[in-house]
Amino acid sequence: MSREHVLHKVRTALGRSTGQPVDQPPPVRLNIPAAGIESRIAVFCERIEALAGHTHRAASLEGARSYVEGVLAGRKSAASNAPILRQCGITALPGVESGVMDPVALRALCASAACGITGADYALADTGTLVMLASPQEARLISLLPPVHIALVERGRLLTGLDELLSILPFPAEQTSSMVLITGPSRTADIEQILVRGVHGPGEIHVVVV
Amino acid sequence: MSAIFDEKIHQTLADSKLQLAIFAATGRLMEKRRKAVNADACPDYQELRTQAHEVKRHTIDHLDYYLELFERNVSAHGGRVVYCKDGTEVADFVLGLARQRRASLIVKSKSMTTEEVDLNERLEHHQLESVETDLGEYLIQLAHERPYHIVAPALHKTKEQVADLLTERLGVPRETVIEKQTMIARAVLREKFLAADIGISGANFLVADSGAIVLVENEGNARLTTSAPKVHIAIAGIEKMIPRAQDLAVFLRLLGRSATGQPLTVYTSFLSGPRRGDEIDGPDEFYVVLLDNGRTKVLADREKRESLYCIRCGACLNHCPVYRKIGGHSFPWVYSGPIGAILTPQFLGVNHEPGLPFASSLCGACAEVCPVKIDIPKILLDLRSDVKKSEEREGASRLERFAFRAWAWVMRHPRLYEMAGMAAASLAPSRDGGGWVRSAPSGIKVAPLDAWLSQRDLPSAPAKSFRQLWRERR
Ligand code: SF4
Repeated sequence: MSREHVLHKVRTALGRSTGQPVDQPPPVRLNIPAAGIESRIAVFCERIEALAGHTHRAASLEGARSYVEGVLAGRKSAASNAPILRQCGITALPGVESGVMDPVALRALCASAACGITGADYALADTGTLVMLASPQEARLISLLPPVHIALVERGRLLTGLDELLSILPFPAEQTSSMVLITGPSRTADIEQILVRGVHGPGEIHVVVV
Repeated sequence: MSAIFDEKIHQTLADSKLQLAIFAATGRLMEKRRKAVNADACPDYQELRTQAHEVKRHTIDHLDYYLELFERNVSAHGGRVVYCKDGTEVADFVLGLARQRRASLIVKSKSMTTEEVDLNERLEHHQLESVETDLGEYLIQLAHERPYHIVAPALHKTKEQVADLLTERLGVPRETVIEKQTMIARAVLREKFLAADIGISGANFLVADSGAIVLVENEGNARLTTSAPKVHIAIAGIEKMIPRAQDLAVFLRLLGRSATGQPLTVYTSFLSGPRRGDEIDGPDEFYVVLLDNGRTKVLADREKRESLYCIRCGACLNHCPVYRKIGGHSFPWVYSGPIGAILTPQFLGVNHEPGLPFASSLCGACAEVCPVKIDIPKILLDLRSDVKKSEEREGASRLERFAFRAWAWVMRHPRLYEMAGMAAASLAPSRDGGGWVRSAPSGIKVAPLDAWLSQRDLPSAPAKSFRQLWRERR
């Protein structure tokens, strides 16, 4: 369409010519505080709970499984292909379906499941955020369509915050078509500024730190 | 000021329920922001603002370079960039693609840019159903209205009004509990998401070094819009560019805090290209529409170019004493509040609503809260002078010029000045008991004076003038 037209107008407006080099942009500003793993976990859980999310610290894989089993209570659930879910035995729990690779089948499953169970590539302590990269292990819809989202985070994946994430992942697009940061349950305040959870995404979120 | 602008302002002022709704909602948003940017919650807030301003300045000053870099990176990830000069081109592109893909249903997540070009109306005109999925936007669409606020589009609607709207448009039993209203909308929209052929989103940021778009939201509707349908089209103004993914550390923190007081919104999506070969789900096609629609005009004006740094946080609206009284629908275009007052004349021309740059007390609250430090009051002043220049060109301000000449002449004659002052004071006694002059004295009917006073109240004249007091002191 109007590619040349628009670019030409931009250059004319700026008084620049085609291919003219640019000055250096201001240096990137990243601030990574020092924080030990224990304090990161504590802050992370505190932040999620402040957003009405649930947290659980599991000392072992079995501990993680039994917490998840309690939340599921046998309900129909979709689990991602994250290795940790298999290692914990979560994929073998009653009602849990996993390993679905066909997008149409996966969508149907997620649309009817009560819970979606995933891993998390990273987590950000200071905001209580899960970082999910779309991959063969993680589909986009499992953490999105079911009304309940359960995520297992390995403690080594817990970063201080967004700045640290962007320092270890300066080019997220090289790894995935979709990186999503999830901070608490889905919510809206569009009618009279009254907070309602679970408007389009999950209204209930459980984070298990393993 | 046009009659319609004046009329809408007076309608809003006379509606006490609406006044309360605007006041309460903006007040709450102000309070949330204040808590999120104070020294404890965000110690480096001022440094972040400075950095954001510098990064935006650099990007906008070299926008051609970053547009091309962005385009190359989108292509490298299998997506396509489409440049459009105006709304017609956007609609043509979407319609053409919809026809090729035999699409009939489009889901949309909130985008002010598409409001700007009336995309929904244009698509519906061609029998394409285009459904807004952000709860507030959905309500606004059902009501056939324009967003009242760039962040909280349905800020002016009470739950009773929402109940009527849902019953009337969806045929559901009347429901006044907000949670249940939300669930009604969720159920309707969930069906739409699963059936839609195309998802259209805006973009909060375009990331040049990644060829990615970033979407910030709380509901999850933007994630659904960009994940469920086979085709994803993101539509954004060319000015949304930032150079690097790492710059998000600054912009995301400022945006959430300034808009709703959240350190990060619930969902932040960083999307680049369609689903990759081994990924399980996501769209098969990914397009980014880059829209000019008047932006290059703003770009050409060195003095006012910084208007394009805006990240649409809405803080300037919430803090504006004028917006808080006259509301969003009084403004002549989709963008309201201080940012609307500087964008509208630059995009549509100063004559679209000559009164707009003057509808400000220049108190400076907008510039103080703006996370990218746009000097809105200064731009308003520049625009005022543009309005005057254009009026002079058309010879429309002869009366005003005469008035100012007379004023200057009186000012140069101290005796006359004093007498005029005394005459004015005796002619304009306060008649509302509260010590304010609200209208011209009944004997004097001067149209410009009436118009001036219809927008302003004057304190009543003091018993003694400054000159008198001064003489007594000496
Ligand atoms: S002008 Fe500044 S304060 Fe107003 S919406 Fe834009 S970024 Fe926010």
